[in-house]
Amino acid sequence: MSIWEYANPKKFMQTSAWALPWVSGLSVILLGVGLVWGFFFTPDDYKQGATVKIIYLHVPSAMMAISAWFMMLAGSLIWLIRRHHVSALSAKAAAPVGLTFTVIGLVTGAIWGQPMWGTWWAWDPRLTSFLILGLFYLGYIALWAAVEDADTAADLTSVLCIVGSVFAFLSRYAVLFWNQGLHQGASVSVVQGSDQVSNVYGAPLLVCVTGFVLLFVTLVLLRTRTEIRARRIKALIARERAAA
Amino acid sequence: MRALLIRDIRLAMRAGGGFGLGLAFFLMVAVLVPLGVGPESALLSRIAPGILWVGALLACLLSLDRMFALDFEDGSLDLMAVSPLPLEGVAAMKALAHWLVTGLPLVVISPVLGLLLSLSPAGYVWLVASLALGSPALSLIGAFGAALTVGLKRGGLILSLIVLPMYVPTLVFGAEAVRRGAAGTDALVPLLFLAAISLGCAAILPFACGAAIRANLK
Repeated sequence: MSIWEYANPKKFMQTSAWALPWVSGLSVILLGVGLVWGFFFTPDDYKQGATVKIIYLHVPSAMMAISAWFMMLAGSLIWLIRRHHVSALSAKAAAPVGLTFTVIGLVTGAIWGQPMWGTWWAWDPRLTSFLILGLFYLGYIALWAAVEDADTAADLTSVLCIVGSVFAFLSRYAVLFWNQGLHQGASVSVVQGSDQVSNVYGAPLLVCVTGFVLLFVTLVLLRTRTEIRARRIKALIARERAAA
Repeated sequence: MRALLIRDIRLAMRAGGGFGLGLAFFLMVAVLVPLGVGPESALLSRIAPGILWVGALLACLLSLDRMFALDFEDGSLDLMAVSPLPLEGVAAMKALAHWLVTGLPLVVISPVLGLLLSLSPAGYVWLVASLALGSPALSLIGAFGAALTVGLKRGGLILSLIVLPMYVPTLVFGAEAVRRGAAGTDALVPLLFLAAISLGCAAILPFACGAAIRANLK
């Protein structure tokens, strides 16, 4: 019994069919609890008022937007090294989800930034690198869509993903590189920092982050299953044509 | 390796090779911008670093899709793939040829265009230096984009979609170096960053190019 057994599409379909209701149910519960707790049962911030509550959407989605790219990187590397189709398809499935998280992060940031910073958008390193991350997702998705042969598309997008992860990495650590930007520093970390988010907001935020992680897993599993089914349908059609 | 380089440069220099295309585009940008925003020299000298860098970048982008496409269509790329020279070397030589034919002329002509945009006198050295250090990165990143999209029928749009985000750091540091140089402050740091980007691209991207071409030829 090794982990590579799950690379078998049949085994993957079985396992994911079993896991999907649990993961999705848990994510719905956690997101429900986290968001309701965050929106209705935490006090307003003394400086920011009620707008502080957007962090329950902004922070988790921004975290997942970057993590999704690293998940795609893992999938791409496994595809390039071991040629498991499921891993290439899971990377393909994760891209639109990551793009959506990126857009949510940018939009919620803009909505928060308008009353707080007085502007929807600023050319701050963090914001800019995030926009670039979004463009990378677009390019990646476009490349998948444009190449006709499925294996070639998987190869090419994997190479693009590896090169692009340099930029995803930059995006993750932009806060640490440039301190002069408008965006605040990392305030959620395992080690206690000086400008840590206070516990009142931290606990529901943690629930929301976990909920978002599970939501991501749910969506990727679901989309990977769809991709596998689409691949099977294509194979069936090709076989029918060959027989006719 | 040298034969391939000379062949590529010759092909690009001959008629229809697109040698003058980038140069002409760069020139047009430098002529059109003052006409568009008005000939006020204070404003022009403030935006000149950015405009010059954006112009150079787009001029580079213009000729990228030819880098591998023609060889792919007539089958020379297949021959290169089975030749003793590894595809990584082919990609590096192609990028070098592209830089010699597109990037280097842009570097040479840039002071003249700086004059058109009334760049402040202190900025010229930095403009030439930053373009000379940064444009190799443009060619290398472009080669990577071209290698990814070589098999596509109409890859131009996707090529720009892939390449432009990767151009951003080069553009940021390049324009920053010129801006600081023109303002008389220390411009060495962005220049060093620019050199680092170019060197990093030269070290890594030929391998990515080779992998992409191999996948496309399969």
